[in-house]
Amino acid sequence: MTVRKNQAGLSADEKRRFVAAVLELKRSGRYDAFVTTHNAFILGDTDNGERTGHRSPSFLPWHRRFLLEFERALQSVDASVTLPYWDWSTDRSPRSSLWAPDFLGGTGRSRDGQVTDGPFAASAGNWPITVRVDGRTFLRRQLGANVRELPTRAEVDSVLSTATYDMPPWNSASDGFRNHLEGWRGVNLHNRVHVWVGGQMATGVSPNDPVFWLHHAYIDKLWAEWQRRNPRSGYLPTGGTPNVVDLGETMKPWNDVRPADLLDHTAFYTFDTD
Amino acid sequence: MPELSRRRALGTAAVLTAAAAAHTLSAPAASAAPAASHHDSPEPFDEVYKGRRIQGRPASGPMHHHHGDGFEVLVDAVPLHVMRNADGSWISVVSHYAPVPTPRAAARAAVDELQGAVLLPFPAN
Repeated sequence: MTVRKNQAGLSADEKRRFVAAVLELKRSGRYDAFVTTHNAFILGDTDNGERTGHRSPSFLPWHRRFLLEFERALQSVDASVTLPYWDWSTDRSPRSSLWAPDFLGGTGRSRDGQVTDGPFAASAGNWPITVRVDGRTFLRRQLGANVRELPTRAEVDSVLSTATYDMPPWNSASDGFRNHLEGWRGVNLHNRVHVWVGGQMATGVSPNDPVFWLHHAYIDKLWAEWQRRNPRSGYLPTGGTPNVVDLGETMKPWNDVRPADLLDHTAFYTFDTD
Repeated sequence: MPELSRRRALGTAAVLTAAAAAHTLSAPAASAAPAASHHDSPEPFDEVYKGRRIQGRPASGPMHHHHGDGFEVLVDAVPLHVMRNADGSWISVVSHYAPVPTPRAAARAAVDELQGAVLLPFPAN
């Protein structure tokens, strides 16, 4: 059974195996297909039109399935690997072990944002940025430069206490848990973390930075925590909503899975805290 | 299904307003729609910012090539994918998680982010 663990508690061997599996997906070309898919949805999801991956109720189940696909790809390389999560409300410093050279590497240099240490640094030769929106082919980060603070635990708690899953108009203007977690309204959790990391993480091709998966694994965990706190609240909307994925409708690009199929994470994995 | 038809009506109004912006037609029916205030076309701009030419103007290409509600932004003549949020704020593909008030601000944020790098044209989707 897959157990997703806090990245802060991974052993040296677990870090090494995770990194090796990610690098192998990159080498084989499978990694970049995930970046391409994400950017296609980023460009295509609009507040007044069809929206599936972002700015909509299906933001959470869409990313849950997207991460499952990625985790299965990792496990096809090394069956012992699972996705770790990054609790950025606790590990909130550029000096956290997450950013050490034996794991993701650190922030970028000031001149051009280039990450210069760790397994994903351009200088290591294993991490060309090929799915990109500009001419730069190296991984970039500016930890804490574009927004000073990551969300605090108190801010996380304030969002988890929102009892309604999502609300009309089911987009970036919505009140409710989903949009406050996504960050288009309120204290801003998910979006702010993308901005805090900077570099490719702040763009539509954000999965170019492997921290994307650890960030979203924690967002996904917060959905599970919200369900536990609000047992009588369910996914909304439940039917008949144009441009929006209702509870029982299938989601692109897979077309074989509905939000209803993804509500219970324990069908796929558990967390180290479950 | 009153909710459904109202939603469709608003969607149609948005499309009409965007089309009016793109072709500078007058569209009194669209401008009278409730959502019209969120869909007024932004001011065109054309300036050199940090040594790079940024432009914003009503879009000339097919509507499905952009999501700026009929408005397009260019950096050194390369289209920058921009999107208008429901609250009227803007984002671009190089600064996707940080809304700014206007398309000009999105263009400037893109120039800041690019640090001199060339923008690549985005694929039509």
